[in-house]
Parts: sequence; C-alpha cells; structure tokens
Amino acid sequence: MAAAAQAARKPFVGELLGRGDFAIISELVEPNSKVLDLGCGEGELLAWLAENKGVDARGVEISATKVRRAIARGVSAYQGDIDEVLEDYSDQAFDYVILSQTMQETRWPLKVLRDMLRVGRHAIVAFPNFGHWPVRLSLLLTGRAPKTELFPHEWYDSPNIHFLTVDDFDQMVRREGFTIERNYFLSGRRRLHLLPNLRAAVAVYLIRK
Amino acid sequence: MTVETKTAEFASISLDSGASLSPVTVAYQTYGHLSANKSNAILILHAFSGDAHAAGISAETGKPGWWDNTIGPGKAFDTDRFFIICSNVLGGCQGTTGPSSINPQTGCPYAMSFPVITIGDMVQLQTKLIDLLGIERLLAVAGGSMGGMQALEWAVTYPERVVAAIPIATTARHSPQQIAFNEVGRQAIMADPDWNNGNYTSGRLPGRGLAIARMVGHITYMSDESMREKFGRRLREKEKFGYDFSVDFEVESYLRYRGTQFVGRFDANSYLYITKAEDYFDLTNGAGTLANAFSKAKARFLVISFSSDWLYPSYQSQEIVRVLRRSNHDVAYCELPSNYGHDAFLVDVTEQSEVLRGFLESTYKEKA
Repeated sequence: MAAAAQAARKPFVGELLGRGDFAIISELVEPNSKVLDLGCGEGELLAWLAENKGVDARGVEISATKVRRAIARGVSAYQGDIDEVLEDYSDQAFDYVILSQTMQETRWPLKVLRDMLRVGRHAIVAFPNFGHWPVRLSLLLTGRAPKTELFPHEWYDSPNIHFLTVDDFDQMVRREGFTIERNYFLSGRRRLHLLPNLRAAVAVYLIRK
Repeated sequence: MTVETKTAEFASISLDSGASLSPVTVAYQTYGHLSANKSNAILILHAFSGDAHAAGISAETGKPGWWDNTIGPGKAFDTDRFFIICSNVLGGCQGTTGPSSINPQTGCPYAMSFPVITIGDMVQLQTKLIDLLGIERLLAVAGGSMGGMQALEWAVTYPERVVAAIPIATTARHSPQQIAFNEVGRQAIMADPDWNNGNYTSGRLPGRGLAIARMVGHITYMSDESMREKFGRRLREKEKFGYDFSVDFEVESYLRYRGTQFVGRFDANSYLYITKAEDYFDLTNGAGTLANAFSKAKARFLVISFSSDWLYPSYQSQEIVRVLRRSNHDVAYCELPSNYGHDAFLVDVTEQSEVLRGFLESTYKEKA
C-alpha cells in the first residue's frame, strides 16, 4: 500500500479519466489483483486497471449500450442489475469489489455492501456526499430538493434513490462491524481531513470485514 | 479476395454413437496468414445450413461467403491480423463427408446408412483439421446458432486448445421448442414420397419436403417485426386477392423462393442428420449439471444474444453466462438490440462487430 500511503500525504489528488475518485481507486487497487466493478459504465476504469496494473478485470453494468462499449474496450463486462447479480458470485471470488458513485442508485445498499464483502476481500465504495454544504445550502435557501454539481437532476428524474452523507455511511459501516481501512474525502481535487461531512463532495472508502 | 475450398482427408473418425467412419474428408477455407508462433488462428463455426465458404469471393461460384460482412481485412475478424479457418461440418453436403458422400465399401451414397452424428463429432473432426494445420491452440472459436454450440463444445471438451470462445445466438442444450421445429422439418422431408427412405440419388429429389422444411426454418429465423417490415401484407404482383391458392402475399412468395432455392444447394438427408445432431446437443449430458460441464473450461467467453431472437432466446445465453459467472469464469455478455430475429448475427452486424473486435483485440493482447 506504499502508493496509497504516498497518496494519502498529498493535499491534492490527481485525476484519472477526469475523476478524482478514480485516481484514488487506481492507487488503492494492488497490481495483478482480481477486481469486480459494479456499475462499470463503459469500462474506462477497468480498462485502465487492466492495462496499467495488470488486474483481472470484470464489470457489471445495467445499460446495454454501455456494456457493449465496455466489451468493445476489451473489458469482460455483462449486462446485469447490481441488486441481483452479486448473489451469483462465490465467496471471496475477488480481491476488490468496486462500487463507484452507484451506491445511491441501488435498491438495497446495505445488502449490496454485505454482498460486496462476501464476494470480495475488500470493498471500495465512492459516493457523492449529501451532507456537502452546497447541498445543505441549496435546500435551505430554495426550499426545494437540492440541485448541485453532483446532484444535478430534478427530483423526479434522478437515478439516485437513496441519499446518504459521510456520517450516514460511517454509521452503517460501524454498525455492520466492518473495518474502514482507508477513507478519502474530496472537494474538487483537494483532499480534506477536517469536517468531511460538511466539506466533502465525494468520499472514497476502502473497507473489509 | 478470391478464395478456394481445400480438402483434407483423414483415415477415420470414431463417433459418439460408437460407429466410425473411414475415410473422412473435410472441406475448408482459410483467410489471412498464420503467424510464426501460430498464436493468431481463429476457427469459425458455421450454422445449420452454412459451409466452409465464410468469407471472400468463391473461386468456384463467384459468391461472397456467408459471413463476409464480418470476416475480412479490417472487419471484426480481421484477416490482416488473424488467420481464419472455416470448415464444413461432418454430415454436411458442401465437401465434408456426409450422407450424400459415396460409401467406399458399397460405391453408393451412404444415404440413411450414414451413422448418426453429434455436435461433439463435428468438433472432433475439426480438431483433426487443426492438428493437420499444425495449430496447438486456437485464439478463438466463434460461431452463431449451431456454430455457437460447436464453440461451447470446443471450450468444454478441448479446454487446453481454446483461448477464447464466442458462442452467439445459441444454447447449451436444445429446447423442446427447438427440437419441435427441427422435427417438423424432418417430417416434411420424410413425408415426401420422393425421399424414398433416403435413396433418391437416382430419382427425383425430395424437393417438396425439403422446401417446406426450409420454409419453416426461415420463419423461425425472422421475427414478427422483421416480417412486418419486410413484407407487410403486400400482395405479390397483383392488385386484388386471387381467391385461389396461388401466391397472394409477398411473404408466401419469399418463403417459396427460399424453399426452392434451398433444394438446389442442400441435401435432404444432411438436413435430417444435422438437425438430429442439434437436437442431441446438451452440454449437461454426462456432466449432470451445466456447472460441471463448464468446470474444466479455461477459455475466456464472449456470449452474444439478440433481443428479437425467439428461436434461441436470450434466456438461453443468460443461463450460460450465469453458470460461468458462478464459477468465476471470465465471461463478457451482451444482448444486442435488433429486429432481425435469429438471423441478426448474420445480417445486423454493426454492433456485433464492435463487440467482437474489442474482445478479440484484448484477448490477443493479453492471452495469446
């Protein structure tokens, strides 16, 4: 975890494929490990991990078009619903199971997290923080469902069906008795340590049982 | 690209039924060049009525191959990079030994004395051809429909020899509905008096029976939607109904044309034997479960199905994918949107090509 430790000291995170959480995830994942990415989109992250870290990469994605593009990118992806497919995998089939910016879209987030840690030795969860101050301010000032950069949707067409804050996630993980190996809080490219529940736009957690 | 069909002869083959054939001939074509380390060979497996002529322009007939939109320079199976092989299946009638071949012991066509064959037998014969070409391991085995069954059989029976398997629009076992359609085809042939228990070489071909079998086949290869698009209720060269039983509708004309055309190029007994091989196909045979069947497979898999394919519906592909996933096999799967029904893998190939190209590229880069 030398690379991750090094990253932990840097005040700014780099970007990978235009995303700060991808940069962190790419450093958390050990070379030559087995990785399952839930909600892999067009497979950008997995293709990068396969190419640069030699990982054995698999992906699940609900959009047929995105799956097609992921396979065309060389990623072993298939179309499936995260809430359903995890049951199919055997225990500890992967080193890492990644859920990047998708937890808030799953029907049963807790079940998904439990399954992730059954199927994988580690879970990496990245999510947008609903406790971020612009979100709070948006609700307070407009009196309407918050719309911010990370929550750009109208309330009626948002893919997000659960809204969680850093503190909410922390509490769930602790109540389940899982171990937080690392966590990162981001505001833009800046890494935060103080008051993450208020100041972080995005959080990335590395968890194990 | 003009291509010629070559043949290879082998002393004998022992079949799943316990019978054997000797000698046995295989008709095949190749495209592209085999690399020095022989790591770029791909075996293409044809569907029920296909043949060895998968790509290029045939030197014999001047016609393009059945998958010419998918195999060739710069195409999904890129002949600038890969060495592509396609052979006619055992039991076929396009150059490989089948019921219309002459039995050397009698000097007459085998006809119904030809032994019953299986998908496994077809694949076994292909291994002999691959041996002859000096290829240890295939980069990929790929095919749609019955070709997909062969791809699965390869992956399961010869795990060391297959880097990647690409079963398209296929199943791990023929369903009762699939068997039923095949049986209608067989009965149509056998009900034709000209079939004459398979001995028709000296008389008239069982053309009526074979044409009807093909008509049924074509219905199953299309979709309700593609038929509505292609034919609608349009009348054929008339303004009003004929009020008789000549051709009224475009769709009738099309089916009759397809049926008649088929009689000129396909052997009725081959139809019986090859459909039987499809019906016997069941990867769980001898293995108990599909999971057991796949337990020895080492290939990377790309499984493709099509949304409007009701002959080999997506659930059959998904069953394969699910079992592979459960046992941690490397599997990619997508259901491609298409209105073309089962025919989609042959005619609606833009998205399929995109997927095939990327999959082959990464397989070649990582595993070859």
